[in-house]
Amino acid sequence: MNSNGRSLIARVDGVSLSFGDRIVLKNCSLDIVEGAITCVIGLSGAGKSTILRLLDGLLVPGEGHIYVLGRDLCHLSEEQINVMRQKIGLSFQFAALLDSLSVGDNVALPLREHTKLSHAEIRQTVFDALDSVGLAHAYDDLPAELSGGMLKRAGFARAIVTRPALVLYDEPTTGLDPIVSKLITETILKLRSKLNGTAVVISHDLPSIFMMADYIAMLFEGAIIAYDTADRIRNSSNPIVQQFLQGSETGPIQI
Amino acid sequence: MRILAQVGRVTNDFFEYAGGVTLLTAESLGFMVRLRIRVAETVSQCALLGVQSLVIVMLTSLFTGMVISLESAQQAVAYGFSSFVGGAVAYGAVRELGPMLTAVVVAGRVGAAIAAEIGSMVVTEQVEALRSMGLEPSRFLVVPRLLALLLMLPLLTIFADVVSILGGAWVAREYAHIPYHEFIQSVRQAIDFSDVVKGLLKTFVFATIIVMVGSYQGLSTRGGAAGVGQSTTFSVVLAIILIFMSNFVLSLVLFGGR
Repeated sequence: MNSNGRSLIARVDGVSLSFGDRIVLKNCSLDIVEGAITCVIGLSGAGKSTILRLLDGLLVPGEGHIYVLGRDLCHLSEEQINVMRQKIGLSFQFAALLDSLSVGDNVALPLREHTKLSHAEIRQTVFDALDSVGLAHAYDDLPAELSGGMLKRAGFARAIVTRPALVLYDEPTTGLDPIVSKLITETILKLRSKLNGTAVVISHDLPSIFMMADYIAMLFEGAIIAYDTADRIRNSSNPIVQQFLQGSETGPIQI
Repeated sequence: MRILAQVGRVTNDFFEYAGGVTLLTAESLGFMVRLRIRVAETVSQCALLGVQSLVIVMLTSLFTGMVISLESAQQAVAYGFSSFVGGAVAYGAVRELGPMLTAVVVAGRVGAAIAAEIGSMVVTEQVEALRSMGLEPSRFLVVPRLLALLLMLPLLTIFADVVSILGGAWVAREYAHIPYHEFIQSVRQAIDFSDVVKGLLKTFVFATIIVMVGSYQGLSTRGGAAGVGQSTTFSVVLAIILIFMSNFVLSLVLFGGR
């Protein structure tokens, strides 16, 4: 895929999606540039996490198409999507580690299920993934024994352990103090460099977003109303974008 | 019109539920047939679902056998039918009460645990995380539990049958002075091996009901902790009702009203 000279790894194309009577996305389109970090911002409940789930094939749009790595997820069987998911890493807002397994076993899970690596190779790969997020020491800990920030990083390790081409981060810094939030942001940047891959980050945390984003898309009322490089979005003349960035109560966004 | 709409909605919900459970069962059985089984998890579930249910199953079976014997023994002795007491206890235990009571007890304990565990995993996005890793929740969560209970429920039922007969024998001797050898002789005359096998055949259906209702209910959980509670309660109630209903049908088919 190619758009305006940029190579795209994924594309949300004219997607509409409703949950019952509630319209979440309305003819929504978004380009995900290969090798870049694209941050999606927007109000709470705007449908940002829904976009991540669409990109991972966890949701199917009512209308439109989801292209990832050149394939339309809407036209794939569940088995084919499962194969695609091995090339996509998804880090959940609350990590969603399986609480019956240790951190190491959680991270090892995709390798055990999808690869023919030996036990020793899996252990080393998991150790490396945990080490890259600063959690090598937590290999044998249970998820319940970790702090919020450590849980998120363990979730990152699980998302990147198969070295996916596209990593999706759902609210990676929400609910964390500024210091841990900065550490998490730096971890995402480090992982992007290590994987030489692409990331989509859903977040409200503006300092974190401007620290890591190559591109920013703003979702409002079910559609992407602004999409550009981080600097251009910061200086956008769009009153909705400016109200959101300034956190102002007055403006076109009705609270 | 509102009544018609409501009937339509209830009918729609019923078929959606029945279809959902059937599809999940078919999907799980498909993985089992293709031997896509997580062996270590299945062994672990055998311990959790089966071994840990042993004490409660044995206690309920023991007292059930004892009470049947108590009710029948004294009357039988009074009317000169003491040689039938062992048969009455064994007949009821092996063909009906052993399989059904064990299934009901296990449904209360295990069905609730399955629905609660899987339901909690749904509301904490763990099931979605499995899907995001390209893993099928049915293979990962349902198959080990189904296989474990298909193995363990017949074993638990055998224990239940034996314990209820032994309990009945003890009560018959203590309260109606029926000697053990007469009780056992009566058991041998009343039931044969096919009764035991047919009783055990029922347990495979009951095990499937308990696991599939619990799993489907767990996977359908919505709405946080309250949703988990509702799923747990509903799965136990529904599984027990289905066990009673299927027991009648199975008795009719297997024993032909004999």
